[in-house]
Amino acid sequence: MTAQSLVNSLIGALALSALLGLGTVAQAAADTPKVSAAKGDKCVENTDFMRRNHMDLLKHHRDDTMRLGIRTTKHSLKGCVECHASDKTGSVASSKEDFCVACHSYASVKLDCWDCHATKPGKKTRGKSDAKMPIDHAAHDHIHARGVK
Amino acid sequence: MNIAFREIQAKQGYWLTMAVLAALAGVGVLSALYMEHHGHIVTGMTNQIVWGLPHVFAVFLIVAASGALNVASIATVFGKTLYKPLNRLSALMALTFLAGGLMVLVLDLGRADRIIVAMTEYNFKSIFAWNVILYNGFFVIVIAYLWTMMDRQGGPWYKAVGTFAFVWRLILTTGTGSIFGFLVAREAYDAALLAPMFIIFSFNYGLALFMLILMGLYKGDQRPLGDKLLGRMRSLLGTFVAASLYFTLVYHLTNLYFTKHHGLEAFLLLEGGVHTQVFWLGQVLVGYVVPMTILFNAALSGRGWTVIAAVAAVLGGLSQMWVTIVGGQAYPIEMFPGYAVSSSFYDGAVHAYSPSMVEVLLGVGGLATAILLTVGACKVLRFMPERLDDETLAALHGKH
Amino acid sequence: MNTNSGSTTAVESRRAVLKAGAAITAATLAPGLMFYGVAHSRPAEEPASKDVRWGMLIDTQKCGDGCKSCVTACNEEHGLSGKTGPQDSQWIRKVDIRNLQTDAQHALPMLCQHCENPPCVDVCPTGASMKRADGIVLVDSHLCIGCRYCMMACPYQARSLVHEPLTDQKPDVPRGVGCVESCTFCVQRVDRDETPACVEACTEAGHNAMLFGDINNPETPIAKALKARASTEVRADLNLNTGVRYQGI
Repeated sequence: MTAQSLVNSLIGALALSALLGLGTVAQAAADTPKVSAAKGDKCVENTDFMRRNHMDLLKHHRDDTMRLGIRTTKHSLKGCVECHASDKTGSVASSKEDFCVACHSYASVKLDCWDCHATKPGKKTRGKSDAKMPIDHAAHDHIHARGVK
Repeated sequence: MNIAFREIQAKQGYWLTMAVLAALAGVGVLSALYMEHHGHIVTGMTNQIVWGLPHVFAVFLIVAASGALNVASIATVFGKTLYKPLNRLSALMALTFLAGGLMVLVLDLGRADRIIVAMTEYNFKSIFAWNVILYNGFFVIVIAYLWTMMDRQGGPWYKAVGTFAFVWRLILTTGTGSIFGFLVAREAYDAALLAPMFIIFSFNYGLALFMLILMGLYKGDQRPLGDKLLGRMRSLLGTFVAASLYFTLVYHLTNLYFTKHHGLEAFLLLEGGVHTQVFWLGQVLVGYVVPMTILFNAALSGRGWTVIAAVAAVLGGLSQMWVTIVGGQAYPIEMFPGYAVSSSFYDGAVHAYSPSMVEVLLGVGGLATAILLTVGACKVLRFMPERLDDETLAALHGKH
Repeated sequence: MNTNSGSTTAVESRRAVLKAGAAITAATLAPGLMFYGVAHSRPAEEPASKDVRWGMLIDTQKCGDGCKSCVTACNEEHGLSGKTGPQDSQWIRKVDIRNLQTDAQHALPMLCQHCENPPCVDVCPTGASMKRADGIVLVDSHLCIGCRYCMMACPYQARSLVHEPLTDQKPDVPRGVGCVESCTFCVQRVDRDETPACVEACTEAGHNAMLFGDINNPETPIAKALKARASTEVRADLNLNTGVRYQGI
């Protein structure tokens, strides 16, 4: 082989691998995670914002709730779970298609939340009106009377 | 004239030793992975005995590491140039034994994957938080100290860095003792004496381990090690063991004076079952009586006796850590003095503990790691003087 | 509630309606008024305030021998297994004590005392063990590395380690393997203006041995009870100013 033909072969090989590489990327672009649909018509924030910032929201809000006792529900983890729990499994993190696991296993980012937090929505939390306690000031001191409806 | 430093020759004994140590260290790490995967339910540690055998090993190794630096400090800070050739090995052991101890401590954490959190979030009222800084700083400082010993350019800094390292390790060991000393909740702790007691223990255990490693390395690589040098270290170790006995005596005698501590003392000294046995047989007999009998007796000055004395001091140290850490937790907290107490959470009852295999393997793995790193470093870099026989040392020493 | 029905005259029926209306209004307002002594509960976006300090008063003379209602309620509320082996979590337990000299016997629930100066908070290296502004002592499991130093430090042995991986946690009570946990005064309930599950259960069982409320507010029943009759802290010599006080021991 002459030097020229060797160089030609090399250029050809490079071009071919570039094409193949592009082809792989194109393939990957089509291979995005399959995420199960959430309840309701839209999330509390728009999708792009959530994609970029959900980890910051979670981290900031968890400290507000944990350390300060702020209990707003817009960015609460429980709120996310209630809408995003999959219809099939009832959970956000049990199967590969469940909301959190779908993207996180695709991106290979470990999820630490679900070691502790419930992955399924709970029963409706009891409000003030649900619990009943008798008022009996004559005999005992009681904390308070429950509203009886 | 200066003694040359030389790496270990890689003979058959070396590879065999390293293989055994590596296997033990590896099994220790595997045990930790098993614990991490299944949770602490696979260990013998409970909600009543929260720190067990891994902590016995870890705290022992950390305390001994601080004490191992003593030999170098004696030369650097106190000017005893006879010990100067041992500088490098002393500093090396301080690093490797601290690494081994911390490895066990970190691998036992309930959330070992959160070690980054421990390195970035600090509650400065906690002595634990201070210890994270002190232990990490110790690594940096001792490496700098080694640099001043081993690199000609570092020479001028030798005394300054060495003194700084000495002060740092006193603070570090005070911090380690204070882990227990600051605990107001438990009768066995809650005492300022624990900090200086741990300092003295560190001198004792550190020197004993140093002597064993020194003798082992020199025997293994067939280099001469003089009796006079060892004789000096024997006397020093004997003194440290006696001091440890003194602190133990003061601790228990003071507790015995307080009526409110009588329950604890009766438990530790008489009724504690395994804890009482470990105290009298392990800490006192093997840890104090045997070494002092050997080390202060000129008739028992042979190499073999020295090994027995040093091994006994080490076993005594592990026993002392067991009594302090496990025994101190086994005795129930007295929330209602003058009452018999019982509950589903084992209030008022002596707490049982039997270490599981994973804990033993983790603890031994840490010790093996420390020795593995020490021996491996001596193979790769020049930590060991070529010869430590009496004639050479006398010639050197006289030159001072 | 008093309602009159079947009154014959217009005046009587109007009176009846007014009475009923007043009664209903009073009953609706009463919970908020009595619970806080102020006319509103804390809004969701407002942080806990140091003006409030949650406390509990336990009358051991009313505590039933062999009764475990508080323990059962706590286990149910928090998804605890209820098992009592050495590695099982217990956030509240019944303690039986008998005086060695006088043979007097008492039973009492022991739980996290929610100290004002908690040793567990002092010793935590990462700050995971924390005290909220309103006095509730908590473990921030996001920071907990599972070192168990707080368990060593607690004078009341109130803390437990989660020894194995958990599933099916209650959504209001996150808990996970390797982290330390203890009684939270049912913070998820307190923040909804309810009382801790143990207190509610004790009352429903008819013993009424447990009282909960804001001890900074002199108008609450617990503050009045604490003022009227002497109470003790367990291990009072430690000067921790516990939020949980006992009477009868």
